[in-house]
Amino acid sequence: MAERRVLLAGADERDLTQLAEYRAIGGYQGVEKARAMTPDELIAELEKAILRGRGGAGFPMGRKASLIDRKSAKPKYLVVNADESEPGAFKDREVMAKVPHRLIEGCLIAAHAIESRNVFIYIRGEYLTEYEILAGAVAEAREAGIFGDVDITVHRGAGAYICGEETALLESLEGKRGQPRPRPPFPPIQGLYMAPTQINNVCTIATVPVILEIGAEEFAKTGVPSSPGTAIFSVSGNVARPGNYELDLGTPMRELIYEHAGGIADGRELKAVIPGGSSVPALTPDQIDVPLDYDSLGAIGTFFGAASLIVVDDRCCMVQLAIRSTKFYAHESCGKCTPCRVGTRWMVQILESIENGTASHADLELLDSVGDNILGKVLCALGEFAVYPVSSYLHKWRDEFVAHIEHGGCPFEGSSSLEGILAPSDQHAHTPAGQEALV
Amino acid sequence: MTFYEEVQEIRARYPEESRSAALPALRLAQEKHGWLSRQAIEETAEALEVTPAFCYSVATFYDLLHLEPVGKHTIDVCTNLPCALSGAQRVVEAFESKLGIRAGETTPDGEVTLRAVECLGGCGYATVVAVDDRYHQHVRADTVAEILEGIDGGA
Repeated sequence: MAERRVLLAGADERDLTQLAEYRAIGGYQGVEKARAMTPDELIAELEKAILRGRGGAGFPMGRKASLIDRKSAKPKYLVVNADESEPGAFKDREVMAKVPHRLIEGCLIAAHAIESRNVFIYIRGEYLTEYEILAGAVAEAREAGIFGDVDITVHRGAGAYICGEETALLESLEGKRGQPRPRPPFPPIQGLYMAPTQINNVCTIATVPVILEIGAEEFAKTGVPSSPGTAIFSVSGNVARPGNYELDLGTPMRELIYEHAGGIADGRELKAVIPGGSSVPALTPDQIDVPLDYDSLGAIGTFFGAASLIVVDDRCCMVQLAIRSTKFYAHESCGKCTPCRVGTRWMVQILESIENGTASHADLELLDSVGDNILGKVLCALGEFAVYPVSSYLHKWRDEFVAHIEHGGCPFEGSSSLEGILAPSDQHAHTPAGQEALV
Repeated sequence: MTFYEEVQEIRARYPEESRSAALPALRLAQEKHGWLSRQAIEETAEALEVTPAFCYSVATFYDLLHLEPVGKHTIDVCTNLPCALSGAQRVVEAFESKLGIRAGETTPDGEVTLRAVECLGGCGYATVVAVDDRYHQHVRADTVAEILEGIDGGA
């Protein structure tokens, strides 16, 4: 199957960051159609499309809208999660940089559905160029009078992976430390400023205008019945042509890796695929004949996640891969829940002892046990995101972990592609020599 | 416009009782002072009508807010998995050797702070390096010199 550009349609031929160009290809006609419907009719249409959340959880967007407490006396809020931070994911960034008006149009349609006048787009703090493009497009559309009685505010984060978690995002948007909230209450009942709030990912909202354009019935015929439409797949790691590929859901993973992304680079062998961003269980080479959709990936014990495939070749030491992955989650743990705050660091220590040859066989069981004591015992998924991949490395590549113990260290002996892997510098401490910090 | 007035303008975008202006105000303070000194935190707190302790608690949570002085330029090298699989380690080493400092340090002349950072969201274009928040993609050890020349030329 060839690429099928829906979200990114027209972006190669025209400069769709310009309002006039987006209008020239029929842009903002979807919002007119939507505004001709009542919110109830619009929600029914969105529900019919079965647009599953592209941020990772896969919850149908229309059903989410139906849960909003629209009778509440409080304002209703739409929040777009543009805090793309999952290692392996770089597609929201491309949508914002290339088709910002499609995202804005999606916001206006979704806002009409939930009777919201206030939209916030929370964009990760590192995305400066994308922020400038998006803020420019928002200003242009506002001046052109397209917003009606809705306003859109682009709010910048300041560097915290956890703020991609929806309740942490709300806390951060309220100006606080980005730490998750206990649920219930869920955001459709009590979200931003304690008011009913719909939260969706960039790619989900940017798909909404397409549903209005072709109709929910037609949309639901594309992709696969349980996951209609296209998704932008981010492919990174050891492939010949890494990049973003927009494909119908249900496209075989093998086709994405070997045809679109050009196969494994430098004539190496495939060793592992982490299919949904670094937080999900990895697949072995014999598992990649799987259709890329939520249910098919779920059926083989992993997740669709952020539709971001990290492809790993045979030069990679799986223990080093686990160390680098876990260090990330330990660094990003917000510290609120003890199992995650302490457990992720403990996992790093055990993994490092395996890598440097001081671990025993019992440490493999201990690693499993620490993971088990994080799963289901934390407020948000971050702790689980640390455990899922490591647990899959340990069970699917167990021989390699055992070899470290029996060899008294890394059997790759310095030849692993991840040799010399770095943890992030302490990002708050970088005092020049001779100067003292004041705070 | 004074810093105080600019913060009031930011506050007007959000509901009256909220503290949503905290992050944009802290970033603005950082842009003006280079980093968030105690004085910068206090000025921000005053403009937001919150305590300095609240601002400090927020500032300590986010990686892009600097609680210690940084160089005139910042170089952030992504070292997360996709970049690491593509050789980010070599890129960090090249910067370290050219600049004569380790990741996490600032050059003695106060010009450049080098950091190894978590995923920057450019995984398909590894290795990604952000220089003063602008992304350079497909960076290799042998193209590090070009990036540094660009900084010297622009400084």
